[in-house]
Parts: sequence; structure tokens; C-alpha cells
Amino acid sequence: MAGEFGNPEVVQEEVDILLIGGGMACCGAGYEIMRWAEAAKAATGVDLKIKLVDKAAMDRSGAVAQGLSAINTYIGSEQDPADYARMVSNDLMGITRDDLAYDLGRHVDESVHLFEEWGLPIWKTDDQGVRHDGAESIREGIPALKDGGKPVRSGKWQIMINGESYKWIVAEAAKKALGSDRIQERIFIVKLVNDKNDPSRIAGAVGFSVREHKVMVYKFKACLLAAGGCVNLFRPRSVGEGTGRAWYPVWNAGSTYSMAAEAGAELTMMENRFVPARFKDGYGPVGAWFLLFKAKATNAFGEVYMDRNKEMLNDYPPYGQAAVPASCLRNHLMLKEMKEGRGPIYMDTVTALANLRETLTPKEVKHLEAEAWEDFLDMCVGQCGIWVGENVEPEKKNSELMPTEPYLLGSHSGCCGIWTSGPDDVGAPTDEALDGVPEHLPKGWSWGYRGMTTVKGLFTAGDGVGASGHKFSSGSHAEGRMAAKSMVQYCLDNKDWTPELDTDVDALVEEIYKPVRTYMEHKDYSTAIDVNPHYITPKMLQFRLQKIMDEYVAGVATYYTTNAHMLAVAEEKLEMLKEDAAKMRAKDLHELLRAWENYHRILTAEAHMKHIQFREESRYPGFYYRADKNFVDEENWKCFVNSVYDKDSKKWTCFKRAHVDLVDKSKLFK
Amino acid sequence: MPTFVRTDKCDGCKGQDKTACMYICPHDLMKLDKDGSETGHAMKAFNQEPEQCWECYSCVKICPQNAIEARHYADIVPLGGSVQPLRGSDSIMWTIKFRNGTMKRFKFPIRTTPEGSIEPYAGKEEAKMENISKPGFFTASNGYRTGDPAELIRK
Repeated sequence: MAGEFGNPEVVQEEVDILLIGGGMACCGAGYEIMRWAEAAKAATGVDLKIKLVDKAAMDRSGAVAQGLSAINTYIGSEQDPADYARMVSNDLMGITRDDLAYDLGRHVDESVHLFEEWGLPIWKTDDQGVRHDGAESIREGIPALKDGGKPVRSGKWQIMINGESYKWIVAEAAKKALGSDRIQERIFIVKLVNDKNDPSRIAGAVGFSVREHKVMVYKFKACLLAAGGCVNLFRPRSVGEGTGRAWYPVWNAGSTYSMAAEAGAELTMMENRFVPARFKDGYGPVGAWFLLFKAKATNAFGEVYMDRNKEMLNDYPPYGQAAVPASCLRNHLMLKEMKEGRGPIYMDTVTALANLRETLTPKEVKHLEAEAWEDFLDMCVGQCGIWVGENVEPEKKNSELMPTEPYLLGSHSGCCGIWTSGPDDVGAPTDEALDGVPEHLPKGWSWGYRGMTTVKGLFTAGDGVGASGHKFSSGSHAEGRMAAKSMVQYCLDNKDWTPELDTDVDALVEEIYKPVRTYMEHKDYSTAIDVNPHYITPKMLQFRLQKIMDEYVAGVATYYTTNAHMLAVAEEKLEMLKEDAAKMRAKDLHELLRAWENYHRILTAEAHMKHIQFREESRYPGFYYRADKNFVDEENWKCFVNSVYDKDSKKWTCFKRAHVDLVDKSKLFK
Repeated sequence: MPTFVRTDKCDGCKGQDKTACMYICPHDLMKLDKDGSETGHAMKAFNQEPEQCWECYSCVKICPQNAIEARHYADIVPLGGSVQPLRGSDSIMWTIKFRNGTMKRFKFPIRTTPEGSIEPYAGKEEAKMENISKPGFFTASNGYRTGDPAELIRK
């Protein structure tokens, strides 16, 4: 039966493993998993059924859809995974899981070497120290990274690439590995379903096709939930057409965090956020300008604020005293200039390029200009749009910098996400030192399956894994691969277990299609389709969320400042917003997609607010300030803040977990 | 900069069920107006939610008719500039026009192997079940960093 709008066809399918998402993490999982599934079949006769669903098209989905100009995590043979774990920790103000970062550090280069083999052009430095783009370096006979070729470092951990087709290439490998029969695109998963007989276990997921009138109901033993971070939960600086010009991809709707929370998974560090300082309005990347072109950021008077305000770093020992101070503290020093009226802030591109020209030949200067433009064209064309519209040539005119609206993510320079089982061979705690952790949750940092959340069978990677960060594209791919192995193991260990959904399929379908039903029932009540007391459009729901978050939960409107009183107001307003989400309307499948994306945003935003409320300090100065607790309190709050959500009572429970160092952090300050 | 579709170039991907731009847009923005009831232009695609456009250029790059361009965000950017790519199989060419008429052209490599040529498991070892719960992947390409054991202070 072909479905129609308001009367969808219900498609039920049972698999062993469902991969939810099509970004770097699920592409990594798709690549790794088939080999282990083959081996499992040969060894045990168990033929695992695997499927990947993506709400978009894998060639251009996830955070790398547009491309990238650098791979931000490449350890190289000259650095140790422990160095990487130290950097991650300091940038995130000391509270990260060393086990997760260390494990990622030892695995990540494997994925980068595959990318190069598949055809990703990676810049190289030759024996004379001259740099070549990724295609030229092959023509010049410079070896691949795996054979000792030297990458062009634009920082201690970053390497430059010609990355316009980065995602296209990585997706091609994943699609070939999985085979087209195991992939279904344009399926948006809305909700996970627990097991009927064991609520601490996952048993299925429901979603819908955004192309056909079909509701999809999956049953499975295990799934990889890797659907990105959360964007546009705060009011963005641009609110017209520019709303879409978010720094992180606008389609990242918090689905990972909200679906995991509703399934009962323990979240961690949801108070953390990332406020990138980027080229104003276009949000073009600054890394290459700082690190490759050696540009300085200044106030309106040409003063370098990192020098002018450097004493402020001493307020936050030891995190301000590392060779590279934590990202939030660099914002903290910039914000002082803005608040005291010494803006705009500029990236001094003119001086940087003039300095570089002094030692370069005309041919090299032309090459340098191309490199500067490629940095944007590969990953942020929108910034070029602003440069051409405003007649900005970087060698002639400086560009403004600006801290953006806040973003929630776990793979870039942020560490919110899900509490995840780590490796068991790096010395991680096996018990919990602090009281107050709910009884049903694991004590140590490893509970059997790398990448599994506290819900049995529910795995995550990339933006989903909390308390780590700085994984970026390559690390997310590697993390997906690690989870793939564990899921195969999990399915073998549970091969005789059959999932049973805790909710009736008809009830699940009704829940997902409720915005459509609401629309059909009430649409003729008023003459204006968008103004109707019986429903709220997903767009207005998003505006309401953004207004609350911006004004009360430390958005740009208050220079990222809040306090307990403001948070209490937000709490009340968010509760009513969550209630009103039940009255969302959807006039077509596109709006049904937006409706559920915004529901996911609301739950993610609520987690963010509750965690900030619980953590009685300002751990990330420059990202947010609690004016009533405007200090970093190492004695009481150098710990994880974790939470669980009860989907029946719709209440959050926040609690502390002890932080432990697995590598020596004092080396950062020697 | 929301993308827009030129009426003189779009052919609706010749009446196929879905257009290339609908296939590729990561945010479900492109829509085919089959009967012209939404735009006045039957069998042509349009950007149905321009304020949600990330400017990722996926639709611009994939359009077989080069019918899609970007008009930079009207709430931010002065009029008159354009940034237009032509994506080939191994490189991409960009034509950049400033508001003041200055033109620049750049060409960058995008991949070093033919499109569609990846054989993901060619020459790779098979997975060994005895390694499934150990660190590392099924295949190794000289990228696993064992690390100095002395760095792990609690082990």
C-alpha cells in the first residue's frame, strides 16, 4: 500500500545493527563493520544484518558536507597519544576523559592514511621545505603519509588538505563497503525505543521518509547513534536569510543528545559549549590565518589583545598558562576589548601577508594568495561571498572577527555528549569516587564495549561521545570504526536475544505523525495558515527556543552571561515550550522534518540549561559566565557533571562524577 | 547566501522523479515545482527555505545544467559579487567576481583517484576474530600510534 499525506505506509524491518547518521562517524563504522561481520560469519555462522539510515545523502551529509581545508587531528609519528590527551584536556579546562582522548589518539592516523589512499589530496612539504598541494605532491613523487611523507602542519595537530571532496571520497568508500542494499537515504530517525523486557536496553528506532509517505520502524540488537551536534538552539547573530549561515552545519539539530537522553542514556558535560571566534558574519575559519599565515588578531587600535590582556590568563591557573591557552580564555581576552569599547576586532591579514611576501618570489606570492582563498572555498564559501560583496582583498583590507552564538558538540572544540564506555587497557578508574550517581549506572569508565553508552546496545561516536573533544573529522571516522567492532562483538554476545519494542507500533506511528494530524484537524479554523490557536509552526517554536536561550542562558544578547535567577526563568519557559511542542504542526513532510528537529533542539537546550544550573562555577570563561559564580572552583567542581532524563516524568537528574588524570598534565606547563 | 535556480537553465533534470539538487541538499531545501503552482515555473527546482541555507554549494556543484547560483545573504552582504564553481572529476575551478568588478580565478585539486574507483578492501587483510576486543582496526596502514607506556600514570 502506497502511503499518502496523513495516512502513511508503515514499514517494519528487523536488523542486527542500525547505523543512524551518514557523517564521518557512520562512514567509518560502515567501512570497518563489514570486515568484522564477514569474520564473525566465518567463525560463528552468524550472518549479521546491517543497515545505515541517513536523513540526507551520504555524499554530502554531516559536518564535512561542504568540504574542509584541513584535517585537524593527525598525530604523526613524532607525537605521542598522551601529548594529544593533554592538549584536549587543557583546551577544555581540565575536565575530559583521558581514556577516550588517548584511545582516539592512538587510532586516528589509521583513518587519515586511508583517506589519502582513497584519493584525498594532502599537502606535503618536500626536502627543501617547499610545500606542494595534494595533487602536485604526487606528481613530484613525494611519498604518502603512511610511507613517511611530511604533511604541511598548520598547527601542532592540523594538516592541510585540498578537501572540497573530502566527504564525497569518504562516503564513496563507506557506500562501496556496505553496498547500496544496506543504505537508505532521506530517512529521519526521530525516536529510539527501549526493550519491553529490559528498559535498560535499546530495541529499536522509529522515523520517517522525507520523500515518501512512510513511517519506518526498526528493531535491532544494537545501533550507532551518530547524528551530529546541535546548531541554532541559540538565537544566531544573523536572523534574516543569514540564519542559515551557522558556523557548524545548520542541519545538526541535537538529535544525538535528545534521542539518547529519552532512551535513558547518561549524558555528560552538557554545560559545555563552543563559541568559536570566527570571521564575522561568514564564519570563515581562522586556524590557517593564525597558524599558517601567522596573522595576529587586534582591537580597533591595532593592539594585539592576547598581549595587552595577557595578565587575565593568570586568573585561571593552570589552564591559562599552557603554551596554547584554552580556547575559551582566548575568547575571554577578546570579549574584554569588545565590552570596553575597543572593537571592532580584526584579523590583521594585511600585515601577515606583507610579512610573508618579503621572503617570497612573485610565483610564491600568487600561490600564497590562492592558499588563502582556498582555505575558505574548501569549507566556507559563504565567507568568500562576504569578501566579494564588501570588496575585501585580504592583502589590502583587514577583516573583522567575532565570537559566534553558542554551539553544542562533542567532536570539535567542545565536549558535551553521552557518557561512553572507554578502553580497558589505559588505567581508567574501575570505581566511582563520588556519591550521588544513580544506582543503575556503571561505576568505572569501561563497561565492556568501547563506544557503548549506559543503555545496552546503544553506541555512539563523533559528536555523540562526551568529555573528549578535538576529534574533528578524522577522529570521528576512527571513533565510528572503534564502535563498529564493539557492536559486532555485542551482537555475537547477544545472538540469542530478540528485541521487543516497549511501545505498540501504532502508538509510535501516531506520535511521529501527530504534527500532521494536528495540522489536518485544525487547518481550516483560521484563514491564515500560520496563525492558528490550535498549533504552532516549527519555525516559531524555534524562534521561541532561541529567544529563551539567548536572553536567559548566556547567549550573545548578554555577552554570554547568566545567573541562577535567569536560569530559573529559562527553566519555566522551557517547560512550557516543551509542552507546546506537542502542538507542533506539519503541513508537509519537509515541515515534519523541521518539527522533530526542533523538538530535538528543545531537549538538548534543556539539558544545557540544567547542567549550567547544576555546576556552581564558571568553568569556561569566554564561552559562558555565571555572574553569581564567576570563578573556576577547582576544589569543588573539577569533576564531570552528568545527567539522566526520565522520559515519563520528563525530569532531569544531574550529578557529579569524579575526574581522574590518566596522563601527567604538569608536562603542559614545563 | 541562499542559492537560487535560474529559470533559463533549469530543466527539472528532464522530468526524472527527483532532481540532482533535491538528491544532494543536506538540509532538504531544494524542491521540484512539478506543476508551477508554487513558483509559476513548472518543472523547475527552487530553494524552498532560503533562510535555512548553509551555503554549502552542494546543489551548485552538482547541477548538470549549471543552473544554480548563490545570491549572498541579503541581510548581510552588499549586492553585486558572485562566487561560482565548476566542479570536475579531479579539480574545481572558481570564478570570483567582486562588487567593484575585480575578478579572480582559482583551480584546486579535489581528488587524486578517478571518481568511483575506490575498492575499499582491495589488498587489505581480513579481520581476525581474536583481535575484536583489542585496540586497532582490521587493517593497519602504519598509522597506529602505540604510545610510550610510561605516559600512562595509572596503569
